[in-house]
Amino acid sequence: MEHFFSLFVRSIFVDNMIFAFFLGMCSYLAVSKNVKTALGLGVAVTFVELITLPVNYLLQTKVLGPDCLVPGVDLSFLSFILFIAVIAGIVQLVEMIVEKFSPSLYNSLGIFLPLIAVNCAIMGASLFMQQRIGLDPSNTQAITNFGDSIAYALGSGIGWGLAIVCLAAIREKMAYSDVPKPLKGLGITFITVGLMAMAFMCFSGLTI
Amino acid sequence: MNTNKNSYTFIYASIVVIIVAFLLAFVSSALHSRQQRNIDLDKMKQVLASLNVRDVKDAEAAYRQYIVSEQLLAENGTVSTSTEPYAMGEKSGDKGCAFLCSTADILTQRPLFVAKVEGETKYVFPLYGNGLWGPVWGYIALNADRQTVYGVYFSHEGETPGLGAEITNYEKFQSPFAGKHVMKDGRVALSVVKNGNVKDAEFEVDGLSGATFTSKGVSEMVRKDLQAYAAFLGAGTEEVSNQ
Amino acid sequence: MSLFSKKNKEVFTAPLGKNNPVTVQVLGICSALAVTAQLKPAIVMGLSVTIIVALSNLVISLLRNTIPNRVRIIIQLVVVAALVTIVSEVLKAFAYDVSVQLSVYIGLIITNCILMGRLEAFAMSNKPWESLLDGLGNGLGYAKILVIVAFIRELFGSGCLFGYQVIPQWCYDHGYLNNGLMLMPPMALIIVGCIIWWQRAHNKDLQEQ
Repeated sequence: MEHFFSLFVRSIFVDNMIFAFFLGMCSYLAVSKNVKTALGLGVAVTFVELITLPVNYLLQTKVLGPDCLVPGVDLSFLSFILFIAVIAGIVQLVEMIVEKFSPSLYNSLGIFLPLIAVNCAIMGASLFMQQRIGLDPSNTQAITNFGDSIAYALGSGIGWGLAIVCLAAIREKMAYSDVPKPLKGLGITFITVGLMAMAFMCFSGLTI
Repeated sequence: MNTNKNSYTFIYASIVVIIVAFLLAFVSSALHSRQQRNIDLDKMKQVLASLNVRDVKDAEAAYRQYIVSEQLLAENGTVSTSTEPYAMGEKSGDKGCAFLCSTADILTQRPLFVAKVEGETKYVFPLYGNGLWGPVWGYIALNADRQTVYGVYFSHEGETPGLGAEITNYEKFQSPFAGKHVMKDGRVALSVVKNGNVKDAEFEVDGLSGATFTSKGVSEMVRKDLQAYAAFLGAGTEEVSNQ
Repeated sequence: MSLFSKKNKEVFTAPLGKNNPVTVQVLGICSALAVTAQLKPAIVMGLSVTIIVALSNLVISLLRNTIPNRVRIIIQLVVVAALVTIVSEVLKAFAYDVSVQLSVYIGLIITNCILMGRLEAFAMSNKPWESLLDGLGNGLGYAKILVIVAFIRELFGSGCLFGYQVIPQWCYDHGYLNNGLMLMPPMALIIVGCIIWWQRAHNKDLQEQ
């Protein structure tokens, strides 16, 4: 239980997908212009993450690992393809659900909803999970069972959502500032994200 | 050809999947032995580095030259030759780390390398632990007296460059280990202390400034993994016979 | 139709400058920031992405009239994932230490927005040769930014280039210190922000209103 909780909190603040690993930047920068859409996308990403990561964990441990399916056969070279196929399939599903239940959100997210499929944060989380399966259990980052994969999925999704909402809030305010023309828009956004990342570095010594 | 028919979609998708699967399987099996060799060579280089044999051109030849035998050590200190080729690559994935990479590998029998450097016997033990951002690992070489350190090698996966990553720096972090004593009253006393706080120079190594967590991680790793060999370390100094 | 007609040259050179995938199209940011702490992995990453973008553009362009519309994205992803897997296996076999340094980020090339972006925007509706040029141009434009950022970060962060000490010892003796912050992730973001600043100051039409 303790490991679950510490993995969860660690993935939100210390191993934050945006500020520590820079994953999911493209849609991060594009959708962070106002808080409402940012929040919608953050929730969508968290939801997709929460479904795909545990599924990929099961795939990795039961099918792809060495000697899992058939003794002597190591299918890990198929992991990239299978992970991305799972992610693409789930995103298609989420797209259909959002279209049905919240057409306004569907319209405001536009192309960025199907783009969650290629969001580096989701694929990256699955790839990190693949690396962390073999870690020593005393390591706070280790993912040793299905419950851990859920904690990691939830944490990294929420971390990404937190980052995008923070940036959206700042950008909304910056729209009223007097930014020099060449820096306006993308330039100042990069520098802002850099400063936020510096602030998040203060979490790196956190032990729960 | 109507590209929107269901049957067409289905057949197309199946063909693509089959072609891709064959292609990947072919590439993977063709390159497998080469990849495995790279992993093995990397491990050999690491073991040699702990023996202060660095920058070797032919890692395998140097390994065969210095490492006399690979043994298995049980908890009570008895040494036996391993019947399975645990050396290099088995069970430890491709991270280039030591053999103790997952819980399944916390063995009742641990690996022990017996080496001969300039006529003297050295013992090399693999180490594996946690840094700040990910695993750290290494090898520690002890002199024939099993009490003093001959050399160390550390590596890591994701420590901060310039801070925690400096554990790979020989002059700064690894060379001070040479000559330190390991055991005191049956417990491992060799440790890494916070930068500037060395009180007992016989056992303590100065940590890295700005990398307290990584230094602590290394210290804990050394303590934990050497403690497992305690019976062997305290058992006197007769040479381990090579079989 | 000449191979290197003016239009084709434009297709190749635009991403190197005015239509740079990283600074203008805002694609491929993730890996551009993560692997640039040192020059060597940055160059390997840049080359890998260039090869993969070029080849996948070529393959998809060749197949563009046969792909059923419903599974378009999935087929693109499968082709890209297969190419990335092959590149990853080759790296593990022939350049082991670099592949260990790049680790997760090779797999992330699959989700590199540049790939999907160019496939959808260009390869699906253009001939193979043009698509190959477009892929090469975008890959090299991306590599260019990576090299610039890595150069600055490695030089000021550790005084080295490619692992060789470049800043002479007498600088250190006179009190010069390596800027440790350069090796940290946030500086990569700020450096890219500054590159965008510089680029837009020189190209007024890129500025936002």
